[in-house]
Amino acid sequence: MSDVVLRARDLKKHYNVGGGLFKSPNIVKALDGVSFELKRNKTLAVVGESGCGKSTLARLVTMIEEPTEGSLQIKDTELAGASAEARKALRPKVQIVFQNPYGSLNPRQKIGDALTEPLSMNTDLPKAEKRDRAKDMMAAVGLRPEHYDRYPHMFSGGQRQRIAIARALMLDPEILVLDEPVSALDVSIQAQVLNVLSELQEKLNLAYLFISHDLSVVKHIADDVMVMYLGKPVEKASREELFSDPRHPYTRALLSATPIPDPTREKTREVLKGELPSPINPPTGCAFHPRCPKVFDPCASKTPLLVGPGSRKVACHLYND
Amino acid sequence: MALLIIENLSVEFATSGGTFRAVDRLSLSVQSNDILAIVGESGSGKSVAMMAVMGLLPWTAKVTADKLDFNGIDLLNLSARMRKKVIGKDIAMIFQEPMSSLNPCFTVGFQLAESLRIHMGMNRSERKKRSIELLELVGIPAPEKRLSAFPHQLSGGMSQRVMIAMAISCNPKLLIADEPTTALDVTIQAQILDLLVSLQSETDMGLVLITHDMGVVAETADRVVVQYAGQKAEDQPVKKLFAEPHHPYTSALLAALPERATSRLLPSIPGVVPGQFDRPKGCLFSPRCAFATDLCRTVEPKRASADLGHALCHYPLVNGEPTKNQKVS
Repeated sequence: MSDVVLRARDLKKHYNVGGGLFKSPNIVKALDGVSFELKRNKTLAVVGESGCGKSTLARLVTMIEEPTEGSLQIKDTELAGASAEARKALRPKVQIVFQNPYGSLNPRQKIGDALTEPLSMNTDLPKAEKRDRAKDMMAAVGLRPEHYDRYPHMFSGGQRQRIAIARALMLDPEILVLDEPVSALDVSIQAQVLNVLSELQEKLNLAYLFISHDLSVVKHIADDVMVMYLGKPVEKASREELFSDPRHPYTRALLSATPIPDPTREKTREVLKGELPSPINPPTGCAFHPRCPKVFDPCASKTPLLVGPGSRKVACHLYND
Repeated sequence: MALLIIENLSVEFATSGGTFRAVDRLSLSVQSNDILAIVGESGSGKSVAMMAVMGLLPWTAKVTADKLDFNGIDLLNLSARMRKKVIGKDIAMIFQEPMSSLNPCFTVGFQLAESLRIHMGMNRSERKKRSIELLELVGIPAPEKRLSAFPHQLSGGMSQRVMIAMAISCNPKLLIADEPTTALDVTIQAQILDLLVSLQSETDMGLVLITHDMGVVAETADRVVVQYAGQKAEDQPVKKLFAEPHHPYTSALLAALPERATSRLLPSIPGVVPGQFDRPKGCLFSPRCAFATDLCRTVEPKRASADLGHALCHYPLVNGEPTKNQKVS
């Protein structure tokens, strides 16, 4: 069995916004050509600022939405033409943990019910069996068995995120999409949840798609990193390569903008000018060129391609030609 | 002379479950030309303490202090009329959510000019001139046009710049920034922090930065106050704090940062911050502390000396090891 559990090629998702009876709608290219692979026991981190398409990517991978174009293969099944049954069989294999643990749990549902619900929907296990599985999973994420009959409001943010992780793992998925799983948590709690995630990955051989804007967390947990800007990947590299030798000017800017908790370090910040442009009307050529400190001739007219040797790829004219 | 002096500030809320002490005997001082960071997790009382200084707490809050002194003015017993003259002029505040802090019904120019009219008594043309100046100062392109923009037409970073422009419009002596960059992206965060620091050094005002991000603290602050469950755990200059934390909580907090990790598993702090109903006896951090003894669990700790970072601990850490020289009294 190959290690690759998910293969995305040139994924695109365009949304129509606005428009009316006599006005054609604008097209937002939320995701515009993304390719990647997820491997067993590996973490791919997707990094970028708000509006770069990270969450759209999560919605496509979890089959909540259909891609406009491109191919998505989960466990060697192509999704584009797949039948409803094939899709249904694949859905349990991809699960998601959302950012806000306060919003993602039903306040009127006991933890035990929240955890057994996926089993009730997808399997016909007897009640006792479901209960045992839920309790096992609770132990795996560090919750106590007596929590089974409690309601979400009785838990802290970190515990809720553990519950959300446990629920995502109830159906033995192979891919877990983590959409900013720790950004709503305090530092001391964040460390606990990151540890649970690392342990579970090793134990259950999971592939993680870790979506985050926090580079320090990504540096800790990721194996490979993809940096995105306005719906397009601008750099792909292994964690070591990306953090030791960032190539794309945007990656460099992101890294230098991330505050480092070391007051003795000399500050050498490349502060970016301006803000993220509107995705309705993105800049021509390289979408980053109006903010780029290294902008030169071809940037405004030619769109750079994501190329490079091996797994190290950059979409920038500085490295392309 | 210290600009802001707080001594033994406590804030209590009357809740249906009894009184809840959100801030517990906090003492600190801010000098002009000083950047003080207050760090703590959610619920550590860092925002509430500064809201008490501003007089922005609801009537359910009971504020007590030995001293709450700003630039020679006693803020504790200030009449509402006098308070209006100080708050917004000499002390200004920036809030966490720039999008919801601006009034959606009025233009940026109107909101910016309001404080100029009330506090500075400027006439219309002066106000307009000053507003444009301020927007330029905080780095907003085409400020003349932006004056007539409504808040929904601005991005988060731009709204925060407008908030900063409003806060500095009357040349405050003290600026309190409550998590000013938490809702923003990292590249915008860098811009806003640089802006705050440069404004602070140009105008010699005191800056209080409330945050939970140790990275932001390390890059901007001169001095750091670490809050835990309403109490001040430690108070040190920034370099010393990162080099040698004296309170076990600070030490554990720094160790839990992914940047400082040496192995795949992070050294996390077990448990959670105590809430209203599970406040431990003795030291509030004792249930989560790796060095806690029976003494910690029963007797409230005394504050250590300035050399030991005013740590609120029975055994302040030196070189990462607890000291035993503290006597119980």
